[in-house]
Amino acid sequence: MTREDAFSQFLLRMGDNTLVLGHRVSEWCGHAPVLEEDIALANTALDLIGQTQMWLGLAGEVQGGSKTADDLAFLRDAWDFRNVLLCEVPNGDFGRTLMRQFLFDAWHSIQLGRLMKSSDERVAAIAEKASKEVAYHLERSADTVVGLGDGTEESRRRMQEALDYLWPYVGEMFQSDEVDAEMVKAGIAPDPASLREEYDALVSRILGDATLTIPESSFAHKGGRTGAMHTEHLGHLLTQMQWLQRAYPGAKW
Amino acid sequence: MKNEWPLWEIFIRGQHGMSHRHVGSLHAPDAEMAIKNARDVYTRRNEGVSIWVVEANHIAASSPSDKGPLYEPSESKVYRHPTFFDIPEEVGAM
Amino acid sequence: MYAQMVQSEATQDDPEKLAAFQARIDAGEKIEPKDWMPEGYRKTLIRQIGQHAHSEIVGQLPEGNWITRAPTLERKAILLAKVQDEAGHGLYLYCAAETMGVSRDELTEMLLDGRMKYSSIFNYPTLNWADIGAVGWLVDGAAIMNQVPLQRTSFGPYSRAMIRICKEESFHARQGFDAIRKMAEGTPAQKKMAQDAVNRLWFPALMMFGPSDKDSVHSAQSMAWKIKINTNDELRQKFVDQTVPQIEFLGLDLPDPTIKWNEERGHYDYSDPDWSEFFEVIKGNGPCNVDRLAARNKAWDDGAWVRDGLLAHAKKKAARQHAAE
Repeated sequence: MTREDAFSQFLLRMGDNTLVLGHRVSEWCGHAPVLEEDIALANTALDLIGQTQMWLGLAGEVQGGSKTADDLAFLRDAWDFRNVLLCEVPNGDFGRTLMRQFLFDAWHSIQLGRLMKSSDERVAAIAEKASKEVAYHLERSADTVVGLGDGTEESRRRMQEALDYLWPYVGEMFQSDEVDAEMVKAGIAPDPASLREEYDALVSRILGDATLTIPESSFAHKGGRTGAMHTEHLGHLLTQMQWLQRAYPGAKW
Repeated sequence: MKNEWPLWEIFIRGQHGMSHRHVGSLHAPDAEMAIKNARDVYTRRNEGVSIWVVEANHIAASSPSDKGPLYEPSESKVYRHPTFFDIPEEVGAM
Repeated sequence: MYAQMVQSEATQDDPEKLAAFQARIDAGEKIEPKDWMPEGYRKTLIRQIGQHAHSEIVGQLPEGNWITRAPTLERKAILLAKVQDEAGHGLYLYCAAETMGVSRDELTEMLLDGRMKYSSIFNYPTLNWADIGAVGWLVDGAAIMNQVPLQRTSFGPYSRAMIRICKEESFHARQGFDAIRKMAEGTPAQKKMAQDAVNRLWFPALMMFGPSDKDSVHSAQSMAWKIKINTNDELRQKFVDQTVPQIEFLGLDLPDPTIKWNEERGHYDYSDPDWSEFFEVIKGNGPCNVDRLAARNKAWDDGAWVRDGLLAHAKKKAARQHAAE
């Protein structure tokens, strides 16, 4: 694998995470439990879409062809997507959506903190901008997870169910492969495994405040960030998201 | 209905050096969430640098019938207003 | 408009107080929540502002219908930001209504069980991507016609909410026109979508202004109170005059073959929408009434545990802080 190939894969991983999660969060618009949450979720989705434009834009540039962020978002099939599975699982109830957001935000904020020191200036610049947004996402999702975990009996039960469902998708964020090795060598990005300790400390503190129990099993689903095996859900998401671009090729929107 | 989130009044300082201004209201379970909600609801277009929140039922307001006694005395103190004083043009800006 | 056919309440207050109240309004003074006001004024305004707020919230649904299918990242972000603004506008308006002693949850329940209405326009479907452009351009365009004068309405909180809304609204109609313009100038398939959208949404947009003045029974009192500023037909004519040249600019066919410039009147002549259809929609028989209300009810019901949970946590936290002090 060449340095360029690895770099491009890395950028797709960053951009596909924000693309797919941003899409999921945007599904809430108009349907949230209360107006203030509706507006807040839309802000999160908007930030993620903006970050997608930057990551995928840079991916297109690094690939050296003429592909734009839109080409990458709307004209690749599921096997070419490099997001972790956590981002593509369906929203479920509001509790699962916020738990997923928290579990991702915690990783995202640590990752962006490291990327701000990237040897590639473009990566560092995107990370710098995104990290400010993500710091707020994390604050908000953590507060909500604590509030609902330590809320009523029903809200606690639902949050524990959400955590139990999502926990097997956490491990994938910390798996390393040859793409990561190449990025570490180039000083572009950290080894994913190296983020785990900080992540566990943060997540167990918040989940503790939320009176929730982290499942004992450390089993981790995988296949998203390598593209080897996504969930069935991604195909449906892409079917909606890409429909106009696929049905009317070449049209300008 | 009994579980309705309280109403909060939101005050935002738009720029450094300015005072906080009432921008509107929103609902939130507590003060911390009210500040976060205010950030999401009232600063979507970069309108603020500092947020105050006050639970609406903690605001004491003058009642309209007090309007006379409360405000009229100051109306007669016209010297409090800079335009009360004629400053000769040649003195320049003051 | 977003508030259609709002029934004015008759008022049986002390004639002297009423006269003084009317004099304040005639003098252009703003009425504030703690001021004396006729019961009819208060009730009519709660109904009108409530209906306006409900329209913003239900109005999220037809446009939200396309967020997950927006064709580019930029269009997705613009549409999401716009639909988010509608939620914000609903929020501002509910707050304005709340200053008159009705709570947001009470208003919400009246929407959900059908006691309160929202604008007829949101009971029409969005069927192709050009609808998103057409909604921004035609529907928001029609709404702005009404909202700009309402910034001068007599009730202070309503006026302030409208000022904020109009400031944010200015990008909505423009983004809509920009989106449909891309379609009108695009491939034959895109042009077909644009034409289809204009054809379907034209008459529903005209209905937004409410029935013709000669059939509109509620206007006089509301206009005297300055909670309605222009008549339905005035605004409708203004909308037609503004929009017809824009349709021509886009190179689309006019959705109403009877539209013709009338030199003598200095206005376009046009056909009225089918008012029997309008009254059916108001009664609940529009293409989407049932689905829209079901969607709002589902969001509210599904969200109950979240609202309760966060409030319970806030109370626990306050109690713990209190105990620690």
